[in-house]
Amino acid sequence: MATSVASVTDGTGGGEGEGTGGSEAPYALSHLDALESEGVHIFREVAGEFERPVILFSGGKDSIVMLHLALKAFAPAPVPFTLLHVDTGHNFPEVLAYRDRTVAEHGLRLHVASVQEYIDAGTLRERPDGTRNPLQTLPLTEKIQAERFDAVFGGGRRDEEKARAKERVFSLRDEFSQWDPRRQRPELWQLYNGRHAPGEHVRVFPLSNWTELDVWQYIAREGIELPEIYFAHEREVFNRHGMWLTAGDWGGPKDGEPTEKRLVRYRTVGDMSCTGAVDSEATTLDAVITEITASRLTERGASRADDKMSEAAMEDRKREGYF
Amino acid sequence: MTTTGHTATEQLSATTLLRFATAGSVDDGKSTLVGRLLHDSKSVLTDQLEAVERASLGRGQDTPDLALLTDGLRAEREQGITIDVAYRYFATPRRRFILADTPGHVQYTRNMVTGASTAELAVVLVDARNGVVEQTRRHAAVAALLRVPHVVLAVNKMDLVEYAEPVFASIAEEFTGYAATLGVPEVTAIPISALAGDNVVEPSANMDWYGGPTVLEHLETVAVSHDLAGCPARFPVQYVIRPQSAEHPDYRGYAGQIASGVLRVGEAVTVLPSGRTSTIEGIDALGTSVDIAWAPQSVTIRLSDDVDVSRGDLIAPSSGVPATTRDVEATVCHVADRPLTVGQRVLLKHTTRTVKAIVKDIPSRLTLDDLSQHPAPGQLVANDIGRVVIRTAEPLALDAYRDSRRTGSFLLIDPADGTTLTAGMAGESFAAEPPSAPAADAAADDQGWDF
Repeated sequence: MATSVASVTDGTGGGEGEGTGGSEAPYALSHLDALESEGVHIFREVAGEFERPVILFSGGKDSIVMLHLALKAFAPAPVPFTLLHVDTGHNFPEVLAYRDRTVAEHGLRLHVASVQEYIDAGTLRERPDGTRNPLQTLPLTEKIQAERFDAVFGGGRRDEEKARAKERVFSLRDEFSQWDPRRQRPELWQLYNGRHAPGEHVRVFPLSNWTELDVWQYIAREGIELPEIYFAHEREVFNRHGMWLTAGDWGGPKDGEPTEKRLVRYRTVGDMSCTGAVDSEATTLDAVITEITASRLTERGASRADDKMSEAAMEDRKREGYF
Repeated sequence: MTTTGHTATEQLSATTLLRFATAGSVDDGKSTLVGRLLHDSKSVLTDQLEAVERASLGRGQDTPDLALLTDGLRAEREQGITIDVAYRYFATPRRRFILADTPGHVQYTRNMVTGASTAELAVVLVDARNGVVEQTRRHAAVAALLRVPHVVLAVNKMDLVEYAEPVFASIAEEFTGYAATLGVPEVTAIPISALAGDNVVEPSANMDWYGGPTVLEHLETVAVSHDLAGCPARFPVQYVIRPQSAEHPDYRGYAGQIASGVLRVGEAVTVLPSGRTSTIEGIDALGTSVDIAWAPQSVTIRLSDDVDVSRGDLIAPSSGVPATTRDVEATVCHVADRPLTVGQRVLLKHTTRTVKAIVKDIPSRLTLDDLSQHPAPGQLVANDIGRVVIRTAEPLALDAYRDSRRTGSFLLIDPADGTTLTAGMAGESFAAEPPSAPAADAAADDQGWDF
């Protein structure tokens, strides 16, 4: 039925799925190229406008992709930033080894903010549930203050969680690192406003527009090496709150939590106390991508206890200065 | 690099990316439409759906309220409104989507402007029972102002008007006519019921009189050529790369993202604002050397001559150099809670260049409902759209926004605390608008645009 519709594309054919546009054919970018280009643009903006940027680097896949983008953004010169890891003391040894290998390989400088040191000093207290994820905020914010970092790159993605869907690429934090959703600046076009008062800093999220699948596809395309725990391996695990947690001296298993050997892999890598493994036989990147494509659980829902605390859990932690 | 040759990787890496925005109010069923798009395109995963079902039951609803998929912050959940732009992600085998989900209330004009600023397509939602209302005209005006290339009119709640074709046809006609007066190049009208699922993802059995695409089909097939590559080339320099290492003792590259057009090795270029000329010696596209690159690629450019280039400069082909000016006339949307006043000293951020500036005049404020002009308002407050005249301390290579959304846009920033005050679009407001009267400011060094 013809209404006053100006142009309806034919919608036939697969491939690029382009309609009658015509002019874009030779100058199209794949979605990965578009996301990569945007991420590199963000890194370069920060390099041009800030004095002391730092990249949060945990050895997890998102921070690995961030570092990869940074290396590309400034090649053949070295990355003009240092790295920072907030070490909960319960990290997977495979991931720490990967972290140190990567830092050495690229001649980077790594700062470590240690939760364990804060607990030993009595500044932070161990939680009854043994989870140290919420304890990362204080060491992180104090390290930012002590080192006078003015831009802090995080691997957060907007698709991860509802509160993150409203996050800016440049997210202003006050001197207490607090995030006030009502104080965030509108972000228009590709014009990022990084101006801030002394003592304030900006959290920057170059992967804002990436999804879990994009990250994996990019890792596959670029041939980026990952810590081996992202792939299927045999592991001694026990079940707590419906998640397969790794057995270790961080606080598990308790009595009545039988352990078993299972073939598992990790979809996200936080620390041992809050990151669950998923049953998997995927030993290659392709197998992982196929598995994710077919998966019916979001990344955090499947493997992160910290987001399930309450419907507003992430929002509250962000306000306090969490990543 | 590793090429796996596996279908999962290969098939998906060939998709394109479409950024689009939605506009409409809570009452028009926008959250339901977005929820439906995510749900029916299988982008809502089990745990998210379970959370929605739990929350719906907790509110005494017996079916999952899809609108809850998109409610983010506690304040919104408590008030049942959306207070900010939220970004959503979904994919089909044909395309990856980034959705800027913007609230439709009058007081949130700035959010819609924000969402539309990066969108290649805007979905404007109307209630079939109410037709084109003031708010609809406001949404059309924002899409037109921001020069969003494609506009979709989604006539929702067709189930409540017996799926009657004449209802849809008259709304579509009225909206398309109005959009044409604003210079919107293209409108696609689609009759839908977000609640029942008609024509959102699946074709409607209730409206066999409609032969066009569903909303998702249209999103999957609309051309994502926003003609960036067809515009004159513009390369704002972000950062100068100088390794000064034993391996690269003399490397000097200018890093940036091509804002528009195409750059080629061997091309004669001019650096602005200095006006010095050189030739492109090489283009490094993130690890590979290429002969040609186009917007929006991030690249590093090497020039044949040792000219002085730094962050904030603009490299353009010598065959199509933009004029530089210190006098900016623009349509702006004021986005801050504190007002913008005549005589105010601000910072103006344009591409990678930030300069001091003064607001010389605010000739008019625009009411979006009927596009009426209010002369000399003296100031602009949050969510106001208006015309401003600005004088900058240094020359800018500014294009008209109609020619390039990337090099024709700018921000005004409060120098005191860095607050983003105003979003600006250089040149005239609407494509179909008669030229506005020139401001009484001193003549510029170059004529900026034809007014």
